[in-house]
This record gives sequence, C-alpha cells and structure tokens, in this order.
Amino acid sequence: MGKLFAVVLVIIALASAYPIATRMYVMPEDISTHGHAIDDQLSDTMKEAGFSFLGAQLVLAFFVFKFAQRKEGAKLTHLPGGAKLVVTVAFIIVGAEVFALGVLGQKAWANVYFTAPRPDALQIQAQAGQFAFYFRYAGVDGKFGAIHPDKIDEGNQNFFGLDPANDIESRDDIVSGELAIPVNREVHLLMHAKDVGHSFYVRELRIQQDFVPGLDLSVHFTATKIGRYEIVCTQLCGLGHYNMKAYLNVMAQDDFEKWMKQKASEL
Amino acid sequence: MRTKHLFLAGVAILAAVATTSAVPGGGTVSGKVTYEGTPAKQKPIDMSKEPSCAKQYATPPTTETVVTGPNNALENVVVYISAGAPDEAAPSQAAVFTQKGCRYLPHVLVFQVNQELKVLNEDQTSHNIHPLAKINREWNKSQPPGTPPIVDKYDKMEFIPVKCNVHPWMHGTFAVLKNSHYAISGEDGGFKLPNLPAGKYTVTAYHESYGEQTQEVTLTGSETKNVNFVFKAKPY
Repeated sequence: MGKLFAVVLVIIALASAYPIATRMYVMPEDISTHGHAIDDQLSDTMKEAGFSFLGAQLVLAFFVFKFAQRKEGAKLTHLPGGAKLVVTVAFIIVGAEVFALGVLGQKAWANVYFTAPRPDALQIQAQAGQFAFYFRYAGVDGKFGAIHPDKIDEGNQNFFGLDPANDIESRDDIVSGELAIPVNREVHLLMHAKDVGHSFYVRELRIQQDFVPGLDLSVHFTATKIGRYEIVCTQLCGLGHYNMKAYLNVMAQDDFEKWMKQKASEL
Repeated sequence: MRTKHLFLAGVAILAAVATTSAVPGGGTVSGKVTYEGTPAKQKPIDMSKEPSCAKQYATPPTTETVVTGPNNALENVVVYISAGAPDEAAPSQAAVFTQKGCRYLPHVLVFQVNQELKVLNEDQTSHNIHPLAKINREWNKSQPPGTPPIVDKYDKMEFIPVKCNVHPWMHGTFAVLKNSHYAISGEDGGFKLPNLPAGKYTVTAYHESYGEQTQEVTLTGSETKNVNFVFKAKPY
C-alpha cells in the first residue's frame, strides 16, 4: 500500500507539471512595451517553482517507497544533526529562493510601478463603480474638471460627478464607457473607485491594478498593437462583479483623433 | 411572450381609461407642458459592456432625463390632481414596467398607491432593479433572464427614481399617486385630465429634472379648463 502511494505521488506530481512544462495554457499575445519583462519573470518563477515542486515530490515519494514496509522493531536512523539542521537548511534554501525571486522580479515590477510616466503621456482618468468602468479625457482644454461625488448622476451619464453648470473646465471633458487609446503612445491612467474595491485587468497589457476607494492610484503603459481587448474587474466587488467589464480599444493615432472629435461632438 | 405583455399593457390602459371614466360628464383640465431656455443635450448611452443589449440598437439610444418635442414641448411630465380629489382605491390591473434593451420602458411609470407593480425582464442579461424610495420601503431585486416578473406595491405617494444596480446607465421614475386623475405629457407636451366633478383642484406637474409646478383650477360643470405649464430649462 505504501509503495502504491509513492507511485501515485509521482504520477500526480508529473501530471501537474505536464500542462505547465508543455505550455498548454499560454497567455495571450503581449501588446505592451513592458509585458515581455513580466512574461520572462513569470516564466522564470514557473521554472524555479516547478523544479522545486517536482524535486520535493520526488524526494517524498522516494522516502515513502523506501520505508513503506519497514520491519517491526527495525532500528531508526537519523540524519546527522537531527531535525534542527534539516529545518535550518530548508529555511536557507527556501529563503534564498524567495529572496532571489524578489530581487530578480523587482526589475519587472519596478519598471511598471516605480517609474514616472513620460510628461507627455496621455492622461486618462478611470472610475470604477458597481458594476462598470468609465473613462474620462480632459478634452480640448487639456484640463480635467473637478470631481464632486455628490453630483454623480448616472441616469444623466454624469458618472464622475462633474459640475458643468459652474465649472467651465469640466464642460469639454469626454466620458466614455470604453477606453480608447492611441497605439504606441504612453497612457497614464489615474484610478478612482466610486464605492468599493475593484481591479483593472487587461491580460494583453500584462496590467492588473486594484482600485481602492479613497486612494489616488495610477498605472502607465504603452500599447503596441491595434485591436480591441477586454478589461475585466478582478476584485470581487458584489453581485454584478461577473459582469463588470469594459473594452480597451487601441487605435491608430488618426482613428483616435477622429474618435475624440466624435465624442466631443456628442457633448 | 411579447404579445402577452402588449396585451397586458393594453388591458392596463383600458382599465385606466375605465377608472377615469368613473365620473362621466364631468369637467376636463387639459393643456400643454413646454419649456423655455435651452434644455441639456441628451447623451448617447454606451452599452458596450452589455453586448446583448448594445446590439439591439443601430445607433446608441440617448438619456431621457429631459425629453422634448417640437415647439418646445416637454414630454414625460406627470400632470395630476394633487388636491381637491378624494383618494381612490387602486385599480386591479397591474402597472407594468419592462426592462428591455437595458432600458426601462416606459421611462416614467405612473400608478396608484397599493396598485400592483409588475417588473418584467425581457433581456438576455440579469438586472437588479433598485427604486430609490425614501418615503416608501426601499428594496432592490435581482432578476436573471427568463425569471418570473417581480411583483410589489407601494403604500404611500412618492416620486421614486429607479436605477439598475448592474447597469449604471439605466434610469427611470415611478410616480405613485393617490388617485386616478393623472396624465403624462406626450410628444406635443399635451395632457388631458377628463371626468372631474365640479370643484376646486390643485393641478401639479412633475418633471424628474425640473421639479414641480402647481396651479389652481376651479371646475363648475362639464367645461374644459386650459392649464399650461412652462418649465425653465437649463443647458447643464
């Protein structure tokens, strides 16, 4: 029975590693300038974690197999140094692994999160609320109008709480349900949550950033491929969470300008 | 299914007419609701997050917070007798509010205190209707596609903004009134409150964005009194 368990252990370990080793599930094509670093890091992490996992499972299976049918009264043998040494060695190995992942991984992370966007990045404000995303562009004056949460009136499409009656800067602000951006231009996305925590996730952009009510968070990225991609909320935010999504529309510069003009004409 | 709803709606209208005809030969208050100034431009609604609804429209529908007609006519104004007429028992027919194409039909639904309210979902998506009642009890109810109508009623008079907790752009109004003497201004802004017995009445016009206006009117017999309302429109 013990030997069978050891065999089953090996089968489970190999079967779990197989889909990852053969890349059965691949991420969709990366359309961002920073995404390759994330992908490389993810691949390194998978390799390291995968080898550690297989190694640990195989060693476990080996010992189970070897000592499965020990005779009664057989003499116990100990590793030299006892449990203390084993634990210390394990602690150092695992610690070194986690530390190495952190040191190597911070490069990919810091590239996205710890660098400032270019000064000429396109500023877009994102507002997440139950259960939709809305995006705001500054309009021709290049300035965002102030936000007044008490003025939010969704039936009137005032999702951000603008006050066009008194605030001239807000009159030309363009609000859209889809995130339209020009290709190959950096975008600085300023993120606000209206009610609870949400998350902005675009697989193709390799970006996932939470919205936190009360915090001014932001991400910046450059999309390199024209197309339409899904933006989904990946933070359980309530009843309609499953349906909280929007679309990222990466356009050629000309098309983007046309889109902005079209949106401005609807104001 | 659809035919059935149309039929129900037809029955509801007939019933409403039948109720108001309860005092035949009475006087009539009729008139027109208009605006002066520049009303807010209605914005197209972006439904891209709900493709099953978005595909029902060739061009995106617009918001309906201010709906106007030719010659400054103001639509969707609830005109009703707010004083002078006795409270009436609710008609037995249900008032029907339909969620279709991720919009509320009709945009303004008028019904009476304790009248049955039936909410239908004709969409291929879940809705969560949330009437923001302040005087009546507030509730919100989830309604996946293909589920039976939501049935409820309100026991106090109130104008209740209605929203959907899943689709932020969905917006409508419930007008819960105490008697059957009401009308909604149409495309030409016109309204008619027939079959009113002789007496002194307060006529109130309610618009969801512009608020309320009242006028006093006295009927002595079977005459028709003309009452017009003019709301001040603002661009923002």
